[in-house]
Amino acid sequence: MLRVQIESKISSRFSLQVDFTAPQGVTGILGASGCGKSLTLHCIAGLIHPKKGCISLQGTPWLDTEKRISVPVQRRKVGFLFQHYALFDSMTVAQNIAAPLRSLPREEQKRRTAQLVEQFQLAGLEKQYPHQLSGGQKQRTALARMLASQPKVALLDEPFSALDAALREGLQLELGQFLNQMKGPSILVSHDRDEIYRLCSHTLVMEQGRSVAFGPTKELFLRPTSPAVARLTGCKNIFTARYVSSHQVYLPQLDKVFTCTQTVPVDVTAVAIRAHDVSANCRENLVPVALRQAMEDPFFWSFSFHCAPDATLWWKVSKPALASSAPELPSHLSLPPEHLIPLRAD
Amino acid sequence: MDWYPLLNSLRIAAISSIVVFFLGIGAAHWICRLPKTAKGLLDVVLTLPMVLPPTVVGYFLLLVLGPHQPVGKWVMEVYSLPLLMQWYSAIFSSVVVSFPLMYRTARGAFESFDHSLVQCGQTLGLPNWYLFWKIQLPACRSGILAGIVLAFARALGEYGATSMVAGYTPGRTATISTTVYQLWRIGESELAFRWVLVNLAISAVVLVAVNLLERKKTFAKREGA
Repeated sequence: MLRVQIESKISSRFSLQVDFTAPQGVTGILGASGCGKSLTLHCIAGLIHPKKGCISLQGTPWLDTEKRISVPVQRRKVGFLFQHYALFDSMTVAQNIAAPLRSLPREEQKRRTAQLVEQFQLAGLEKQYPHQLSGGQKQRTALARMLASQPKVALLDEPFSALDAALREGLQLELGQFLNQMKGPSILVSHDRDEIYRLCSHTLVMEQGRSVAFGPTKELFLRPTSPAVARLTGCKNIFTARYVSSHQVYLPQLDKVFTCTQTVPVDVTAVAIRAHDVSANCRENLVPVALRQAMEDPFFWSFSFHCAPDATLWWKVSKPALASSAPELPSHLSLPPEHLIPLRAD
Repeated sequence: MDWYPLLNSLRIAAISSIVVFFLGIGAAHWICRLPKTAKGLLDVVLTLPMVLPPTVVGYFLLLVLGPHQPVGKWVMEVYSLPLLMQWYSAIFSSVVVSFPLMYRTARGAFESFDHSLVQCGQTLGLPNWYLFWKIQLPACRSGILAGIVLAFARALGEYGATSMVAGYTPGRTATISTTVYQLWRIGESELAFRWVLVNLAISAVVLVAVNLLERKKTFAKREGA
């Protein structure tokens, strides 16, 4: 269990305010770029010192600003996977993996390195330099080196953002396997919700330096509670809303009352609906629409519609076949009551 | 032809390059970590010897090392060593004049260095001194080598400040550059020309060395990409 509670003013316009407890397993930090998620990871590792807060692993404090405790990076035993893997370019693969073992006797170093080379399928590459490796080999070398230092926590900073899509999925699978074998908690920082959904059991959502939601990943994606979470988990349609009754909301932009299957809280501020949940067949909660733009993807169509002077509605439809033509555009679309998600202010 | 000036110049340049290597790298490493305003201010102070006329540097050195000045007096009393008008006096002037070259190239190399390598090493439990000598310096190798070569060349060619603190005594403090001037002054222009050729040869070697280092750097970058 990794307890993190930090408050730090970084600049006059940006301050960090994060509070969560990462359980055993993989926790994701999801947020737009510049939201402070990477900064949070650096604070946990001890590479940045927040002004106020405490960080502890299984009850052992790493940082406690009130008690003036701050364990230096080198003794926190965190495995940190950097965006470009940060391999030491002047060293071979074997030397990279052996670097954290430098205080051990030479024989032991050799034995452990050989074992890790074997485990990460790097046999034959021991004498290669990082610039001679492929993306996958780099990641495996970095993970092997990380494991050599016997970390208690694994911290991963956008490990896939620099890779092209084809390579990314393969490496996500590999990393997923690696993380399942980690004994301590792991934290994965990403702006990619698919990546977080695939790899993380819990998710922390961050916006403008603040942690705005924390919970089991599936739960957060299924029932986002605030506009920020809805947006970051991929809800394209968010409308401001006012409470009417426990199953009804008024949307001022569309000037209409909509029914909602989920119970509406009295302090509702908005409702969200995912683009693929918008329906052309349902007869409830209808909205008149006029096409603004169509976009074709390999497996689905995305449309954006004007549904009021200042409101856009996104609709996503799967294609029956790759080459099928665009569906007939309806004059009205429905926001099915069972898919309307009531949201409260952050 | 008496080869003493060549020997003397080479030893002065070699010793001052070694001193400047450590001083320059130390200063660059330290300055990179300072806050912006302190950085800008100190950068001006440390680069000043590069833009000041060497005679002004020499004047300042005389103010510090002279037999009646604090440092010179103290060394004389404790070690009975005069700091001026000896062959090693030129080391002081070469160090001061070539220091900014080493410092600036090292700083440039450190600033373009990917700091996440050091951070990564820290998370792996590696001590800071190890990361500096084994990771950061090798990564900045070509920049630092270029700095050493430039500092060596500058030390070799130093005239103004050297002639003020070491003077010109044949067989004792004479260096190539002071010899060229003295020989020309007394009308031995043929001998002076020979020393000019020696100097040209050394400078050419230095420039070729710098170019080779630069080329190696671009190669490494291309391979890395």
